[in-house]
Amino acid sequence: MNDEAKIGVFVCHCGHNIAGVVDVPEVVKHAQKQEHVTVAKDYMYMCSEKGRSLIREDIKKLGVNRVVVAACSPRLHEETFRGALRESGLNPHLLQIANIREQCAWLHEKGPMATEKANRLVTGAIKRVNYHTPAEEKSVPIFPATLVIGGGVAGIQAALEIASSKHVVYLVEKGPSIGGHMAQFDKTFPTLDCSACILTPKASEVANSPYIRLLTYSEVVDVSGFIGSFTVKVKRKARYVDEGKCIGCGVCQEKCPWTAPSEFDAGIGLRKAIYTPFPQAIPNVPVINRENCVYFLRGKCRACERFCEPKAINFDQQDLYIDLQVGAIILATGYDVFDPTPISQYGYGQLPNVFTSLEFERLCSPSGPTAGKLKLADGREPQSLAIIHCVGSRDHNYHEYCSRLCCMTGLKYAHLFREKTGGDVYQMYIDMRCFGKAYEEFYERVQGEGVKFIKGKVAKISSNGASPEDKDKLTIICEDTLLGELVHIPVDMVILCTALEPRHDSDEIRKLLRLGRSRDGFFLERHPKLDPVATMSEGIFIAGCCQGPKDIPDTVTQASAAAARVLAVIARGSVETGAVTASIDENRCSGCKVCNALCPYGAISFDENAKVSQVNQLLCKGCNVCGAACASGAISTQDFTAKQVMAEIEGVLL
Amino acid sequence: MSFEPKIVAFLCNWCSYAGADLAGTSRMKCAPNVVGIRLMCSGGLEPAYVLKAFKEGADGVLVCGCNLGDCHYTDGNYKTLRRMSLLRKYLDQMGIEEPRARLQWVCASCADDFTEAVDKMTSELKELGPSKIKV
Repeated sequence: MNDEAKIGVFVCHCGHNIAGVVDVPEVVKHAQKQEHVTVAKDYMYMCSEKGRSLIREDIKKLGVNRVVVAACSPRLHEETFRGALRESGLNPHLLQIANIREQCAWLHEKGPMATEKANRLVTGAIKRVNYHTPAEEKSVPIFPATLVIGGGVAGIQAALEIASSKHVVYLVEKGPSIGGHMAQFDKTFPTLDCSACILTPKASEVANSPYIRLLTYSEVVDVSGFIGSFTVKVKRKARYVDEGKCIGCGVCQEKCPWTAPSEFDAGIGLRKAIYTPFPQAIPNVPVINRENCVYFLRGKCRACERFCEPKAINFDQQDLYIDLQVGAIILATGYDVFDPTPISQYGYGQLPNVFTSLEFERLCSPSGPTAGKLKLADGREPQSLAIIHCVGSRDHNYHEYCSRLCCMTGLKYAHLFREKTGGDVYQMYIDMRCFGKAYEEFYERVQGEGVKFIKGKVAKISSNGASPEDKDKLTIICEDTLLGELVHIPVDMVILCTALEPRHDSDEIRKLLRLGRSRDGFFLERHPKLDPVATMSEGIFIAGCCQGPKDIPDTVTQASAAAARVLAVIARGSVETGAVTASIDENRCSGCKVCNALCPYGAISFDENAKVSQVNQLLCKGCNVCGAACASGAISTQDFTAKQVMAEIEGVLL
Repeated sequence: MSFEPKIVAFLCNWCSYAGADLAGTSRMKCAPNVVGIRLMCSGGLEPAYVLKAFKEGADGVLVCGCNLGDCHYTDGNYKTLRRMSLLRKYLDQMGIEEPRARLQWVCASCADDFTEAVDKMTSELKELGPSKIKV
């Protein structure tokens, strides 16, 4: 026990959050009785300036040299209170938080049991803080380059923001071109401006920026290091076209005799085996898809090579691996579109003229497979349309969450369909959620255009017309819940407003960057409200739909926020990293080397001369896996030493 | 008054401590018998901590870590898994019954896994009665 310890205990009411459940004066009284406690007091909001000044005053006036704050989770305000210690000249590691809000008051009913638990938590913290030792905070220089993963609108925005400060950005995109889903859209709600028209200038800016190194057709395969200094391995997939030589004339695509379904056209159009996904692709350099190219399949053809004047085709190109050094990472990998095939009652893939929202975007687009003309399978122009909302969203069988933008895209499709054909439009919705700026007004506008709204979930889409004159039509069978009756509506065309879902390879990315995922599968933010941009991994930020479904304005906002966070890190020049690392007492180390093999970071090596193991402080991340295995008790991890934890165990069980 | 077991939970910083916090943030309710102690990684749990808890009068010990494959430190939780099964043999010899030491994976968004484990363990130990270990 540390006889010199003078402990100050500060219990927060957090308004009624804590004090409404836990008897705070009782906790203070209990704390006062503990050994080495010099002062214990409570305050309404300990994190406020006044609350922190209470801590500072007692450190200065009463000589308090250990601090316990009983308040919210250390994940929220540990840094705040460490600041109070730092400002008073006390090492910030001489603090322990007792989490009596998230893990006590908010979890339990008001009563003596909750107060008793708070007392246990506080006693544990008091016992523990006796053994806290000061730690030197390490300052790590920030490498002023940034990696942005994903070249959709989020990645583009983030890259441009950072580049505008004249710092280097590596923008890595898996596909052959940047632009993401936004490039596939025709018009954007609620203003109906053309998606390509607002995106293309931004994409060209990326291509022209001297600070952005664009790596398309590339994937991040390994990430190591930490904030300030990540080493990233990127695989540049073989394009079979020399980016330096290609002039983007497009002759190869004209001459290539082989076609395949176009991913960019959501599978409803065709592309060549050598292709750029769309005319304004950036970079305007095609790729050869090995799976479609007959030369790779059967060893004959090479038509593209024959006609390529600048001799840019190179069938011998190999995948290339490059290493990048960056200080921060922004993840903007976007979303996948839900495949509605499993909802067999909607007949997607079985019935012609049932489209997903993305397919309809491509049908509407002037650069799409029908050059923007709406056509049925038999070539006729459709005269009626049903738009089915929440396909795969708000559905316990698929995704419980709301995809947030389908109500608005549904309204947009209604408007576009009326504009192009003048036909009838029906919207089958559960609830209309038009929450953004000028969204409600757009909803009213579309209502005024004569679109019919039916509140109800569609039971079935049938290919049998209800009457002989409707025999070529699809019949929507749906309950109109406002009228309380079953309706059968014949239409020519159906759009399924499909859910947004996490990328199929989210788990690989998660493992690569050591992130978390929420229950819905999207990447987990550091705090759902106060920090939706950062992640649990320092120096790694998330933007756009990879964090959860969102529309373009929200995506752009989050991307700019992520860029601002990265620039804040860069502007600081260095970052104080947690001093939580392990160290080995060489007088106790027996040289058994058990710890050497256990360390996941290879941070422990054996000194053959001294016959003891040593920890490389720069590589150690402080998990204490080595400490837990050390039979000699020679290893201790700063802020999580065995003495500290043992004392906490005693405290919580007193 | 009915018996209220005292349970210590060891929570890893990245997943289970965050999951337990989320349970509070989401205002879920669970038995107040479990007091959490934060570790950086469940793999940093020295087996002696579990013994210490029983020595100090705990009726149960709940060890929580990230889901297998999700460890923030790559594979610390696999080490926990192995250590806990080894420790089990020792606890058997000491007469500490199976339900008194439990391993539960709780991810950062799995608040309900945490509250369910807390409630389940609390009610099981109420049934089982106080720990008979006296040191």
